[in-house]
Amino acid sequence: MTDLQWQSAAAIAASVANGTITARAVVEATLSRIAERDGLLNAFTDVTAARALARADAVDAGQVSGPLAGVPFAVKNLFDVAGLPTKAGSAINRERKPAERDSVLIERLERAGAILVGALNMGEYAYDFTGENRHDGPSRNPHDTTRMTGGSSGGSGGAVAGGLVPLALGSDTNGSIRVPASLCGLFGLKPTFGRLPRTGSFPFVSSLDHLGPLARSVGDLALAYDAMQGPDHGDPGCADRPADPVALLLDKGLSGLRIARAGGYFRANQMPEATHAVDRIAAALNIDRDIELPEVARARAAAYLITTAEGAALHLGRQRTRPADFDPDVRDRLIAGAMIPAVMMVQAQKFRRWYRDAVLRLFEGVDAIIAPATPCSAPLIGQKTFELDGVELPVRANMGIFTQPISFIGLPVVAVPVNGPMPIAVQIIAPPWREDIALRIARHLESTGIATAQRPPNQE
Amino acid sequence: MTDVTLDAFIDASAALLGLTIQPAWRDPVRANLTVSLRMGALVMDFPLPDDAEPAPVFTA
Repeated sequence: MTDLQWQSAAAIAASVANGTITARAVVEATLSRIAERDGLLNAFTDVTAARALARADAVDAGQVSGPLAGVPFAVKNLFDVAGLPTKAGSAINRERKPAERDSVLIERLERAGAILVGALNMGEYAYDFTGENRHDGPSRNPHDTTRMTGGSSGGSGGAVAGGLVPLALGSDTNGSIRVPASLCGLFGLKPTFGRLPRTGSFPFVSSLDHLGPLARSVGDLALAYDAMQGPDHGDPGCADRPADPVALLLDKGLSGLRIARAGGYFRANQMPEATHAVDRIAAALNIDRDIELPEVARARAAAYLITTAEGAALHLGRQRTRPADFDPDVRDRLIAGAMIPAVMMVQAQKFRRWYRDAVLRLFEGVDAIIAPATPCSAPLIGQKTFELDGVELPVRANMGIFTQPISFIGLPVVAVPVNGPMPIAVQIIAPPWREDIALRIARHLESTGIATAQRPPNQE
Repeated sequence: MTDVTLDAFIDASAALLGLTIQPAWRDPVRANLTVSLRMGALVMDFPLPDDAEPAPVFTA
């Protein structure tokens, strides 16, 4: 156990199960790595050391067992953690009463033996693609600490890529798991909308919010995902369907799968590294055709509108009484969001159904679609604009141009990382409720060495 | 829409919604609203049949 920091959750759980190491030793090593490195990475906003050590002792005493027994994990700070106020990246929420109960996904992971070690930095109220935070400072990319992690689950990306924990939870409304997975070089799973309960997490856009894991291996994504599945009546958006475990399906290979590459919209507005990453994945999967998703720009526009208007409605009270306490970038977007005519919102939700039906028809002829996850690898922290196809655009709103039209209709996606001077990910998109297909393809790419979570430099 | 017309809309909406917009916030709010309304126009331009159902379905 010389290299605990880059071990998979599965390997840690196996070592704890066979007595090679105790859960306490795993947690102590994790806490000391966080103490050593997080000053630079700024991934954590809260470390729950006492709780984690007590939990580790319970695992070692045999009171808790399960497929993740002894595995440390951390969560974006919009998940309720008993005893902490749920910050959701804001200054205002710090004044909230401490949560009385953990969010349901934390409860489920801990029931499987995992050990929560803390809460993670994020963009304010999740309205962000950068991983910067005005109140807590930016989370920093472990591959180059002058660069962004991507957001809004920025601390989740930084903590896993930085070797602080093997597993983290994030949320994804328009790309907030897939963007940091891309910029930090990780595997990220955004499940089907309604698959995982959001009970006990601070919302952003209830029409579009998803929760999911980030990890350094496909097997770890699947372990965590399987432990978290199942309905929960606390979230009306959670589907009332039984768990579909995927762990035993991962190694089925590509046989029988028809895979296409998203063309048109998904071929434009990107830097060479994004095209190159999709080229590599397409070649490895023997993809020989593009498929055109219809009306993608309009889908992105509709997702943008629903996001800004629902976000504005959620925060209107705080915007009235304490506008100066918001991150200005978030505040000004939300003020504008409150002024969107209602007819546009209704049309956006009608268009959403039209677009869903059209894309589902495409899936009659194909089992999965690949597309870029982000238009570029990690920009510099503080960088406000970038140039895509000769047009200068704001980074904050445009890192999600390829993720937003997919989550808009709740399709499951695995982001798979491709190595380079800075990593960048590709989306593997599957039909609703077929996370297994996207994970199978991801596993194939991982096992053939095409998609791997590269280890940052200077990390031993 | 001109900035002047949009500013009048922003002022009226802010008053209606109980929002205060400080002078320094005016330009970014207008810029954000301009982008959002452009997105809105794109969505409104799409012809949908009268019986198109919105995506969320309420279950009693």
